[in-house]
Amino acid sequence: MCLSIPGKVISIDETNPELRMGKVSFSGVTKEICLQWVPDVQVGEYVLAHVGFALSKIDEKDAHETLAILKEMGDLEEPNEIS
Amino acid sequence: MKYLDEFRNAELTKNLSEKIKHTVTRPWTIMEICGGQTHSILKYGIEDLLPKEITLVHGPGCPVCVTPLEMIDKAVSIASRENIIFTSFGDMVRVPGSKYDLLAVKANGYDVRMVYSPLDAVALAEKNREKQVVFFAVGFETTAPPNAMAVVEAKRRGLKNFSILCSHVLVPPAIEALLSNPNSKIEAFLAAGHVCTVMGYEEYIPLSEKFNIPIIITGFEPVDILLGIYSAVKQLEAQKHEVENQYSRVVLKEGNKHARALLSEVFEVVDRPWRGVGVIPQSGFRLKESYAEFDAEKKFDVGSIATQESPLCIAGEVLQGLKKPFECPAFKTSCTPEHPLGAPMVSSEGACAAYFHYKKVI
Amino acid sequence: MIENFSLNCPLPLSDYEKVLLAHGGGGTLSHQLIQKMFFSQFDNPLLNSEHDGAIFELNGTKFAFSTDSYVVQPIFFPGGNIGGLAVNGTVNDLSMCGAKPLFLSCGFIIEEGFPMTDLWKVVLSMKSAAEKAGVQIVTGDTKVVDKGKGDKIFINTSGIGVIHEGVSISPLNCKPGDAILLNGNIADHGIAIMSARENLSFETTIQSDCAPLNALVESMVSVSKNIHVLRDPTRGGIASALNEIAQKANVGILIEEEKIPIREEVKGACELLGLDPLYIANEGKLLAIVKANDAEKILNEMRKHPLGKESSLIGYVTEENKQSVIMKTSIGSKRIVDMLSGEQLPRIC
Repeated sequence: MCLSIPGKVISIDETNPELRMGKVSFSGVTKEICLQWVPDVQVGEYVLAHVGFALSKIDEKDAHETLAILKEMGDLEEPNEIS
Repeated sequence: MKYLDEFRNAELTKNLSEKIKHTVTRPWTIMEICGGQTHSILKYGIEDLLPKEITLVHGPGCPVCVTPLEMIDKAVSIASRENIIFTSFGDMVRVPGSKYDLLAVKANGYDVRMVYSPLDAVALAEKNREKQVVFFAVGFETTAPPNAMAVVEAKRRGLKNFSILCSHVLVPPAIEALLSNPNSKIEAFLAAGHVCTVMGYEEYIPLSEKFNIPIIITGFEPVDILLGIYSAVKQLEAQKHEVENQYSRVVLKEGNKHARALLSEVFEVVDRPWRGVGVIPQSGFRLKESYAEFDAEKKFDVGSIATQESPLCIAGEVLQGLKKPFECPAFKTSCTPEHPLGAPMVSSEGACAAYFHYKKVI
Repeated sequence: MIENFSLNCPLPLSDYEKVLLAHGGGGTLSHQLIQKMFFSQFDNPLLNSEHDGAIFELNGTKFAFSTDSYVVQPIFFPGGNIGGLAVNGTVNDLSMCGAKPLFLSCGFIIEEGFPMTDLWKVVLSMKSAAEKAGVQIVTGDTKVVDKGKGDKIFINTSGIGVIHEGVSISPLNCKPGDAILLNGNIADHGIAIMSARENLSFETTIQSDCAPLNALVESMVSVSKNIHVLRDPTRGGIASALNEIAQKANVGILIEEEKIPIREEVKGACELLGLDPLYIANEGKLLAIVKANDAEKILNEMRKHPLGKESSLIGYVTEENKQSVIMKTSIGSKRIVDMLSGEQLPRIC
């Protein structure tokens, strides 16, 4: 719950090890977001941001797979299983 | 916007809508737990894409709506003092207390400010050492780690003038309370995707088993919600009752372990009153003793607060999905967004506000 | 002895002891304050037409007269400042009456301690805006108030213009079937302002769209006299403007989400703050409600103009759903676009 949106990490600031921050772009709008809870995120990857904190990395492969299955749904006659 | 627009795609919503129509054979009642999902359902007219057999009921997943009246009154009391900078998310400032809301306190000349992030409140405390900065820490499990981090940061920076007024609530106990109500008609849940991003979904497995109910971890965009509904319908038709993750692009079973570790460090679980519902055991967070200096309730003497809810407001029944907003006699008459009697008419996610704005005519 | 003693409640808005910020927000509360407090007392036919300006005739010439006050914070924002805003705002109000703006007045209320260099920047901006719009500032007033009694600077501008020949603009001219045109991207101004505000700040290249619309309007009326309504969607955004028109004209309005131009960056900012762009202020945009048969030629003319390159036909006036604005969403369903209540606040939920 609660408003969280995906954004692209464009830079990471490691100066404070207890408050790892980064600049995250939301369609070109950049905000400082705390990346402390996504320690393995790299520049260029996507995170889900809520009130200035990244709660999770976006699993891009998973997202594309889900979209592909949903697109195929319209072409098939039988229901398709989504795991 | 990447990873947002794709989940608002017309073709995909149509595909899912068709699949739901072909799968359903009898009526089902599904509750979406989260206010953000309610907002999306009404904003995108999702109910129009569902067959008449599906009834969606809207749950109490709006932390703004369920923040106890007493807490709003405490916030108003603290904010109405000199040398206080009272900070809050935008959502809370119009929620009516017994007499005033925070915007009225601002109108009376006190320093009430909206912030985007709890860290902004910490920054304000650092910049204004001669004043006390209080942050209204409201929300579900999604917002709890950010609020916890604010307290940890304040401690690290040695700030003596920062505190939080904490009113966090937890989702699984609410689900248990709803399902334990003998009047409940809920047959499946769409669980709050962003809460689960933090907490994971292990806690939902025993609930699903105890009540024989499918629980689908669901996102917020129209495609996500329809996918959640489709998954729920498939399980219901097959008489299955499992926890299924349909928001796997961000939710892991164990959630975010770093955020959860922080929660364990800063908060402890306590009983909490939910506005309109009553006390739900073990359903809220309180600051641990080691962080007591940051607890605004301990720092400021707010005296005994005599709360007074509007006798007309049926928010409790709306929040539990027992009644729809238009069944309330005050709906659109004495209760409107300009004069709200209860929280669900104020919060942009509250069911009453959503019905008021999105469901007038069509 | 009180004359004309009335048994009606003397205070029309007795639910509110004090004026709230929401009363200036452009939504329902603003509307209520203006109707119940001001219109009810100042009551006259010119006022009651409720357009952006008053339209009257003197010796065979039709004039428009309008006023607006500027209190924006921060006073310097990406793409402009309060000075240019004050000039363009009134130029645009007059243009929305179908008038060619001619003369402006300008009243300053300046807080003691306001830096001269800032005042100079504001004045230069006004000069530049006036030149660009082809208007003259012909009279004015200056007041200075004690420190703490005014928020740096407030500016009021009033203006007079002459109505273009053959043009009659009024919400009452609106007819079912009319096309609704918009000259470009929405919400730039409101987001630019927010990006410069403390506690909500974010980095962006978005600039205010503050601009004078009179030349664009002139080119539009040169190709068609069947322009029924013009409205600049300032505070409250296109949603509030369209709702006001629908209510005044007692018609329905149907718009299409996909047809409303918006920059990706502005969308991103709105998503971040939980705001609906339909309700966010614009300062260089107009809505034109025109006879459907003329829509294409008016659009083509608009697109030739620098302020109309992204012009779009966003919807139609309808017979059904009177007094409501309905939007066909990007997923093909329909929803109501209601009047804003109070101020739109950033949200986390």
